[in-house]
Amino acid sequence: MAKSSETLKTVTVAGLLCIVCSVLVAGVVVALRPQQAKNAEIDMKKNILQSAGLLKKGADVEEAFKSIHVAIVDMNTGKVVQDINPDEYDMTAANKDPELSVKIPAGKDVGGLSTRPKYAKVYLEKDDSGDTKTVILNMWSKGLWSTMYGFIALSTDLTIKGFGYYAQGETPGLGGEVDNPKWKEQWIGKKIYDNSNDVAFKVAKGQAQGEYQVDGLSGATITGNGVTSSMNYWFGEHGYQKVLETVAQGGL
Amino acid sequence: MKLKELIVEPIIKNNPIALQILGICSALAVTVQLKNVFVMCAAVTLVVAFSNMGVSLIRNHVPSSIRIIVQMTIIASLVIVAEQFLKAFVFDQWKTMAVYVGLIITNCIVMGRTEAFGMKNGPVESFFDGIGNGLGYSVILIVVGFFRELFGSGKLFGMTILELTKDGGWYQPNGLMLLPPSAFIIIGFIIWAIRSYDPSQVEE
Repeated sequence: MAKSSETLKTVTVAGLLCIVCSVLVAGVVVALRPQQAKNAEIDMKKNILQSAGLLKKGADVEEAFKSIHVAIVDMNTGKVVQDINPDEYDMTAANKDPELSVKIPAGKDVGGLSTRPKYAKVYLEKDDSGDTKTVILNMWSKGLWSTMYGFIALSTDLTIKGFGYYAQGETPGLGGEVDNPKWKEQWIGKKIYDNSNDVAFKVAKGQAQGEYQVDGLSGATITGNGVTSSMNYWFGEHGYQKVLETVAQGGL
Repeated sequence: MKLKELIVEPIIKNNPIALQILGICSALAVTVQLKNVFVMCAAVTLVVAFSNMGVSLIRNHVPSSIRIIVQMTIIASLVIVAEQFLKAFVFDQWKTMAVYVGLIITNCIVMGRTEAFGMKNGPVESFFDGIGNGLGYSVILIVVGFFRELFGSGKLFGMTILELTKDGGWYQPNGLMLLPPSAFIIIGFIIWAIRSYDPSQVEE
C-alpha cells in the first residue's frame, strides 16, 4: 500500500470513530438530562430538609417537602417579590448574573464574596395554622480551597435549628469535617445575635464556650474562619437582616 | 474457546486482580460500602464488555499506529455513557463515587482486555471475555467490600449487623477497615487463599 493512502486510511478511521463516539455520548447526555435534573432537584430538597432536621429516615423527600413554602424576598427591603417564580429562581445562579446581583461594599465584605444576589430564596416551614415555624436560608463563603454552600435553619426567635453544607471541597479529614454530623449537632440551639443585636456566633478556637460558639475543627483554622465570616456576612446588615425582620413581623 | 470458559475462567483461574494484579486502584477506593461496590462492578463489567466488543468490531480496520488511541476513545466514550446513566438512575451513589467512575477509563483491566483480547478475537467472544473479566473483578471487590463494611462500620448494605458501641452495642469498629490500605491486606489474603487452592498460580 502506498504511503499516502495509508495515511488517508488512518485519518478516515480516526475521524469516523470520533464522529460515532461523539454522537453516542451526546445522545446519551441529552436523553438522560431531564432525569438527572430531577435527581438534582430532589437532592437539593433533601439538603434543605436535612439542614432543618425535617427529614426522617426513609421518608419520601417530595412528601416531606410539602410542608415547606418558598418565597422570594428582596434582601435590601425585606419585601416579598411576587413576579419571580420561586421554582425557577436559583440564588447561586443569580449571583453570577450582573442584573440579579449587587456588589458588596468593600467595608462590609467580611466573607470576601464580592457579590450577592439581590433576591433571597427563603424556605419556610409552616404549621397547620399557617404560622412560620422555621426559616431556612441559603448561605455560602470561602473556606480554604473551595466555596462552601450550605443551608441554615432558624426558629422564629433566631435560635439555630440546624445547619449543613451541601457542597464543599475542603480537605477530607480536616476542613472536610464541617460535614461531620457530630459537629453539626452542636449548632442546634445556639444563638446568632447577642443582646445588642450584633452577630456573635462563631467557630471557636478549640472548645466552644457559651451559647454563641461551636467547637473549632482541629487542623482547619481557615475553614473555621470561613464559616464564621459567612455567619458574620449573611446575618449582618448587608445580608439577611431585613429578611429576618420581615419574618419576625410575620410578613412571610 | 467456549463462551462458558470465557466467562468462568477469569473468576478464579485467571482473575484480573488476584493473578494479573490489575485494577487494584479502584479496588481500594470504592470498597468501603457494599452498595457502592455493586454499582462500580456493574459499571466496570459493562464498560469492559462493550468496549471489548466495540474494539473487536473494528479491529480489522484500525491501523496499528493509532490502535491504542482508538481503544482509549471507545473506552472513554463508554465510561462517560456509564457515568451519565449512574447520574440518572442511582444519583446518591453517583455523588459519592463520581470521581472513581471517571477513573474506570484508566482501569488497567479495561485496556488490558481490549488490547490483549478484543484486537485478536471476534465481537461475541470479546463481549463474553469482557463480562468474565468484569465478574472476576467484581468477585474480589465484593469480598473486600464485605469485610470492610462489616468490620469497619458493622453494617452490610447499610443495615446494621454488628451493633456499634457508640450506638449502645458491643462492637468496637476497626478504623483501619475504613481506610484504603485495609483493602490491600484483604486482597493479600484472597490471593493467598486462591493460590493455596490452585498452586499453579504461584510465581516462581
